Amino acid sequence: MTAAALLVQILNGLQYGLLLFLISSGLTLIFGVLGVINLAHGSLFMVGAYVTFMVANAGFGLWLAIPLALIGGTALGVLLERFLFRRFYHRAHLDQVLLTFALILLFEEGRSAIAGNDFHSVAIPAFLDVPVPIAAGFAYSAYRLAVLAACLVVAMLMFATIERTRAGAAIRAAAEKPEMVDLLGMDARRVHMLVFGAGTALAMLGGALAAPLYSVYPNMGDGFLIVSFVVVVVGGLGSVAGAFWAALLVGLVDTLSKVFMPVGAGAAIYVLMAAVLLWRPAGLFAAARA
Amino acid sequence: MLIAGRAGHLALAALALALACMPLFASPYYIGFASSALVAALFALSLQLLVGGGGMVSLGHAAFFGVGAYAVWWLTSASPTAIVATLAAAAFAGGIAALGVGALALRTKGFFFLMTTLAFGQMLFFVFHDTKLGGGADGVFITRPDFGMFGLVWDIPRRQRPAVLLWLNLGMLVAMYAGIAVLFRTLFGRALLGIRANEHRMRALGMPTHWYKLAAFTLAGALAGIAGHQWAMTEAFVSPELLGWHRSALALLAIVLGGAGWLHGPIIGALAFAALGEAAGLVTERQHLVEGAVILLVVLAFPRGLGALRR
Repeated sequence: MTAAALLVQILNGLQYGLLLFLISSGLTLIFGVLGVINLAHGSLFMVGAYVTFMVANAGFGLWLAIPLALIGGTALGVLLERFLFRRFYHRAHLDQVLLTFALILLFEEGRSAIAGNDFHSVAIPAFLDVPVPIAAGFAYSAYRLAVLAACLVVAMLMFATIERTRAGAAIRAAAEKPEMVDLLGMDARRVHMLVFGAGTALAMLGGALAAPLYSVYPNMGDGFLIVSFVVVVVGGLGSVAGAFWAALLVGLVDTLSKVFMPVGAGAAIYVLMAAVLLWRPAGLFAAARA
Repeated sequence: MLIAGRAGHLALAALALALACMPLFASPYYIGFASSALVAALFALSLQLLVGGGGMVSLGHAAFFGVGAYAVWWLTSASPTAIVATLAAAAFAGGIAALGVGALALRTKGFFFLMTTLAFGQMLFFVFHDTKLGGGADGVFITRPDFGMFGLVWDIPRRQRPAVLLWLNLGMLVAMYAGIAVLFRTLFGRALLGIRANEHRMRALGMPTHWYKLAAFTLAGALAGIAGHQWAMTEAFVSPELLGWHRSALALLAIVLGGAGWLHGPIIGALAFAALGEAAGLVTERQHLVEGAVILLVVLAFPRGLGALRR
């Protein structure tokens, strides 16, 4: 394999990893701040992809689907937090599993009622549907590069918000001690709503960006959810920085193993997870967050 | 976890008797339906050993169920095999798979444990889905093991088969229930309940809690393998779908639905949920809509499960 072909695969891996980051960062943030596990997070990703498909069907492009996914995702997340998840912060894990499993069934059934059970492909925006030469004789999809850049921008915005702004400080504080946030005159419940809304918007944005790459199909959220769990376990639960590096690692390992090992490549990321569990059961970046 | 008292056991015995009498009045379709529901109850009961016993909420349990079912295919596809052999093989395969997964997953706790078991369970799903080990992604039909022991084979006429399968599943369920009930009277069972209540204290008392949990995880995997064996017997078909995590989530649902605090909870819950799905199927094609709505209602309205209504 030439260096240029390897570069293409590495770019593929990074792009997949960054997409995983959009999903797993919401998962880990919601867990870190709210203390709930959201199995329906993959369904929210699926909703984002189907919204993109329906927007494209109606004759519009990604320029409409992305803002729609962000605004609609925030609204959906806020509603879910306000009316369902809020009641489950202090309930047993078992109840949280069931709540979110019920949501998966309802989301999938709603998807089947509205959009049917077929596979659909979504067109890449015309101005990004061009190859970009990256090395002699090798070109790379402009859309994939755009996804890569968009995810990086989102990641940087997220880190800046969490580490540098007042709202970010409130989020970090609410993760540590919600009662103290209340006592200081801020509304911890509003912080929870904000985080759940942001997490949902990120998952739906991920779905919107992924739709032209992977097409849309029933239960598409399931696969991404499980791989996101691997990312969160490898990175350390509740750590956004951990999710970022772990997502890149998992994306690269998955993509490159599929290139170099034709048989059993699907298991590579689980072997990675097993190795991390043996070496550092709390995740690679668990120490980053006290 | 609580075990039913004398009155509760009388009620359970009456339920078992009613199910055993089904071939006298029910159509083959409903006898088959009851057999499938009993398999779901077997599987949920094997998970209750982890959830109710050791406080370990696993989302990867279906993998061991599937491995057990595939063990039947591995044996019977080569030559006709007796049920004692396939049953032992299914339990062994489920137990070994659980030992491997448990050794890694039990290094974590709580949500981490949930996610790790889910991921390893899905890994096994992909192994069966993507490789030749499982006979393909679409599943395979199997020839049922013979009802036989030590070379003596009891040949069952086709017409009687649904009834015999129903009685077999029912007998397995009663045996598994009794076995787990006895287990919780032993030191091992008591130690598990102690770990569920307060693991730190149990460790301070000098209990090797990790090994107790791993033993319980392995045993529960073997029991799930037996449940998978009964699936293979009942349906005569295995597919990678058996290992998928939705089955684990449905078993957790059965546990909560029937009352998470009781050993018989998963049995009641699994039978009730199967009946609900069947009833919903009569009314609408969108069964998942009804099921999802009912699950939502149960977790919102009855935080302690339907089994807690009486108290």
